[in-house]
Amino acid sequence: MNAASPSRAGLALVLPLVAFIAIAFLAPIATMLLRSVHDPEIAELMPRTRQALIRWDGTGVPQMATKAVTADLREASATNRIGRLAQRLNRERNGLRALIDVTVRHLEREPDTELTRIDRGWSDPDLWRILARVTSPWTGRHLLNALDVTVTADGALVRQEEARRLYVDLFLRTAWVAALVTLICALLGYPYAYAMAASGPSLRTLLLFLVLLPFWTSLLVRATAWIVLLQRRGVINEGLVAMGLVSETGRLDLIYNMTGTIIVMVHVLLPFFVLPLYSVMAGLPTSYVRASASLGAHPLRTFARVYLPLTYPGVAAGGLLVFILSLGYYVTPALVGGRTGQLISNQIAFHMQRSLNWGLAAALGTLLLLAVLLLALTLPRLAERGGLRA
Amino acid sequence: MNRLARFGFYLLCGLIAAFLVLPLLVIVPLSFNPEPYFSFTPAMLQLDPSGWSVRWYREIAESAQWRLALRNSLSIAAVVTPLATLLGTMAALGLRRLPTRPRKMFAVIIASPLVVPVILFATGIYFFLAPLGLTQSFAGIILAHTALAAPYVVVTVGSTLTNFDERLLRAASILGSSPLAAFFKVTLPLIAPGIASGALFAFVTSFDEAVIALFLAGYDQRTIPLQMWSGVRDQLSPAVLAAATLMVLLVTIVMLAAMLIARSARSAGARR
Repeated sequence: MNAASPSRAGLALVLPLVAFIAIAFLAPIATMLLRSVHDPEIAELMPRTRQALIRWDGTGVPQMATKAVTADLREASATNRIGRLAQRLNRERNGLRALIDVTVRHLEREPDTELTRIDRGWSDPDLWRILARVTSPWTGRHLLNALDVTVTADGALVRQEEARRLYVDLFLRTAWVAALVTLICALLGYPYAYAMAASGPSLRTLLLFLVLLPFWTSLLVRATAWIVLLQRRGVINEGLVAMGLVSETGRLDLIYNMTGTIIVMVHVLLPFFVLPLYSVMAGLPTSYVRASASLGAHPLRTFARVYLPLTYPGVAAGGLLVFILSLGYYVTPALVGGRTGQLISNQIAFHMQRSLNWGLAAALGTLLLLAVLLLALTLPRLAERGGLRA
Repeated sequence: MNRLARFGFYLLCGLIAAFLVLPLLVIVPLSFNPEPYFSFTPAMLQLDPSGWSVRWYREIAESAQWRLALRNSLSIAAVVTPLATLLGTMAALGLRRLPTRPRKMFAVIIASPLVVPVILFATGIYFFLAPLGLTQSFAGIILAHTALAAPYVVVTVGSTLTNFDERLLRAASILGSSPLAAFFKVTLPLIAPGIASGALFAFVTSFDEAVIALFLAGYDQRTIPLQMWSGVRDQLSPAVLAAATLMVLLVTIVMLAAMLIARSARSAGARR
């Protein structure tokens, strides 16, 4: 608090929070980024195999490594980690789970059998190349998987087979939903923000209250409310049936699909568009609009040529906020999206909690983070260069 | 024509307002449904008093799960709110004293939890805390919630500070006041409304947060949002509607109170 060195006092005040965020937020994010390229699990489960394969030249069947695999499998089996190992290996190549099961069971009966005698699968040089690759703790394959690319046994990159291409489509679908939600928010939010800016103090307070009430209400409460309204036996469908507009069998599917995700996301994000736009509109001097009108311009022309351009910064700020928030939305699609209304975040949560494919979850997260940061950094500049300045 | 356009415009805005608020209001009567459904019964529509019931309110009031969830949510928020408010207020005061370059750099770091999708933070903090054994612990949730809440405090306190007149501090110093005394007698009373609304933001951020809790909470750390989550996803019971109604009521009361405080602060400012 020494007035002579304001910046040292400032530093002392700012650093606690900066340090806190560095530890509690930035370090976890960095951990996620690291996880997308660093996956030591298989290496830890097969330490001898990894050592044996490090200096292998990649041809034939490495005799040294077969003994290492036998030892690693026996140890994993003794420590109850064989199931996890089989699952991890099967993810790299279909059928490896069965091979591991057969081998482990055989080794329990006759511990000293050579691998190649237990199953012909062990004579396949491709298998050993895959093992050499997956026992390395550093890997690009999660990031490649997140882009629907896979690595063949001899190291070539190919697109996933058609049925397993999921993520590029999902990224595109997420971006498309985010754009649609942003557009709808703009169409609904612009007139609403204008009404707020143009009305008298008491109506303005009411309109502000009506936008802030959902803004402050829990996401869970809002999802619940929309489920009550939109489900097949919900308020809207019951009302339509009672009025005879919809037949008992023709009830509308408004929720647990993409329609539900979009409706509820617009409801959740509309305040994020209205509030920054309103603050820009409220700060505009009325003199430009009055000048245009007194010079004889039609109100529509005044709006299009004078008022609208003046409010672009608010539109850009609100739109960017809504778009970026939509890209990463998780709660709403998870609760009201059903099977078809899921976005990229839900897939990340799925791999974290259900399939336990943490490397892939981290890789999808890394790509999402890149997309968000790129947008957050470039869009405001583009908007500025495009003349969207106040 | 002009009148008609005006009427059409306000009608449109009325519809948008209805879209914003009506869904929240629909759950209120439905929470008094005596049946385990999410829709109106005929008796309710006829406004027959026997068609209404407080069954679901009694259920959440008596349920050990809901009580545990409420206690957990309040305990977490009770640590997060003062911690985030203290760290955030200090940072907001400090940022103004820094030269432009470091100020911008620190502002970006402080704002980063607001930009990055929460699901990524949840994923990262799970990876980060798992080796430390801090998943399924209150400490982990409090750590993450504070990181999410403190930036809001910086923003709200910072916006109050832009209207703060530095000459007041110089006046205090000329009159012989120490910097610390000047802070407590001049700065703090003037920025108190900003700190209060920042604290409110921090509280709500923690109290409403679901994603971090989903990743880090075990059964013993279940919070209200998690309890509602399972109520919506797994067991779809109108008890969720009763809880939701209470939360809407709480938000409405807090907002009305905040608006009244802001109004009285403004009129007090006008008097000064």
